Amino acid sequence: MTTPTIDRATFDALRETTGADFVAELVDTFLEEAPAMLGELRSAFAAGDADRFRRAAHSLKSNGNTFGALALGAQARELELGGIAKAAEDGGKRLEALAQEYARVAAALGEMRHA
Amino acid sequence: MRDTKSWSARLLVVDDNKVNRLLLTRSLELQGHSIASAENGRIALEMLRREPFDLLLLDMEMPEMDGFQVLEQLAADRQLRDLPVIVTSSLEGIDNIVRCIELGAEDYLTKPVNPVLLKARIGASLEKKHLRDQQKELMRRFATPEVAQDLQTSGFTLGGKLVEASVMFSDIRGFTSLAESQPPEETIELLNTYYALMFDAISGHGGVVTLMMGDGLMSVFGAPVPLPDHEACAVRAAQEMIELIGMFNVERKAAGKPEISISIGIASGTVVAGYTGTNERATYTCIGDTVNLAARLETHTRVAQRDILIDPATRDAIGPQFTVEPLGPVPFKGKALAVEVFAVDPGTRG
Repeated sequence: MTTPTIDRATFDALRETTGADFVAELVDTFLEEAPAMLGELRSAFAAGDADRFRRAAHSLKSNGNTFGALALGAQARELELGGIAKAAEDGGKRLEALAQEYARVAAALGEMRHA
Repeated sequence: MRDTKSWSARLLVVDDNKVNRLLLTRSLELQGHSIASAENGRIALEMLRREPFDLLLLDMEMPEMDGFQVLEQLAADRQLRDLPVIVTSSLEGIDNIVRCIELGAEDYLTKPVNPVLLKARIGASLEKKHLRDQQKELMRRFATPEVAQDLQTSGFTLGGKLVEASVMFSDIRGFTSLAESQPPEETIELLNTYYALMFDAISGHGGVVTLMMGDGLMSVFGAPVPLPDHEACAVRAAQEMIELIGMFNVERKAAGKPEISISIGIASGTVVAGYTGTNERATYTCIGDTVNLAARLETHTRVAQRDILIDPATRDAIGPQFTVEPLGPVPFKGKALAVEVFAVDPGTRG
């Protein structure tokens, strides 16, 4: 069984505890901020800046998990733990996979925020 | 006990990630707290030093100044080291969590933070802070600020150490007969004013009142915190006490009440200072020959008919700016040799 893009239970619980309007706002904030985090991850990777790389991966992990984007969270976690060295092993393919997963997450969250 | 559920506190949320910051702020606002937020450790510390907060929710992984550095700075800050900190982080590795706790964090919550858990931890933290604040308030009231500070920094242990200090005994002359001649509430009122004046003069010169008995006060200059020049500080405090009583008497006279006068004895030297008693009930005190001598000097003021008497060690240390009158040797009970006694002119300021 593949992990769904967004874990419905996590997302619903978030909505229940903080309110639908707030979650819509929070999704908007995430969609605004995440591209910069992905950009930061790429530029840190290119520059070989381990701290920045780890921090950007950490942020994406943390936010992914908040919305129930568990696959995104897991991939970001791998990058956080493995660091630049691990990411460089396959020439940065993991970074691209993460970006693709983010695109799916963004689309799904964009739909769900209206629901 | 205070109902923490309805207790609104002022909290500071520190997180570099906007989504996390908004979410935590929202969850806490829904719990009835008032929230401020900061995006890194440096800004957070600035805010903490500027305005009071009840609790800090701290992310670890942050640019500029991370959570570990914030915890270190808080621990080193006398004003802030008691601020409860709950770490909210998704840091990997148990050693990081251990490090947070070792650095003084009260609790650790993994992100995404479960709101129910968050509420419980914050409630517990605030309750603990409330108890600590009450304890501090009690200490402030029943111990001197110096003793309270000493207790906070070095902790409480029974036992003493040798320190160089000046010890002062003071008393209201003829207090017993005065107390018997007036209504009790008037006596208490007199004592309260008297204490307020004397504490002012004593602490204003770096002294610490270690004992209050009826109208009698014992104070120490030079312990628990070392005080350079403790002899002169004690003598100056004594002079100010006499001066304040003079002013107090003007009021009493105007109110048709009898004037009061006080007597003071000061001796300087090595004392044993520390906490004595039991682990449940203890007091900060000084003992030793110097203490006994100060008490004897205070008693001797009646015979000598002077307000302030000091021993040779005090006299030798205070310098020529004080007018001191030698009264010759006096044989004191418990002293093998007679002690040279000196009277200090209450009026000449050193």
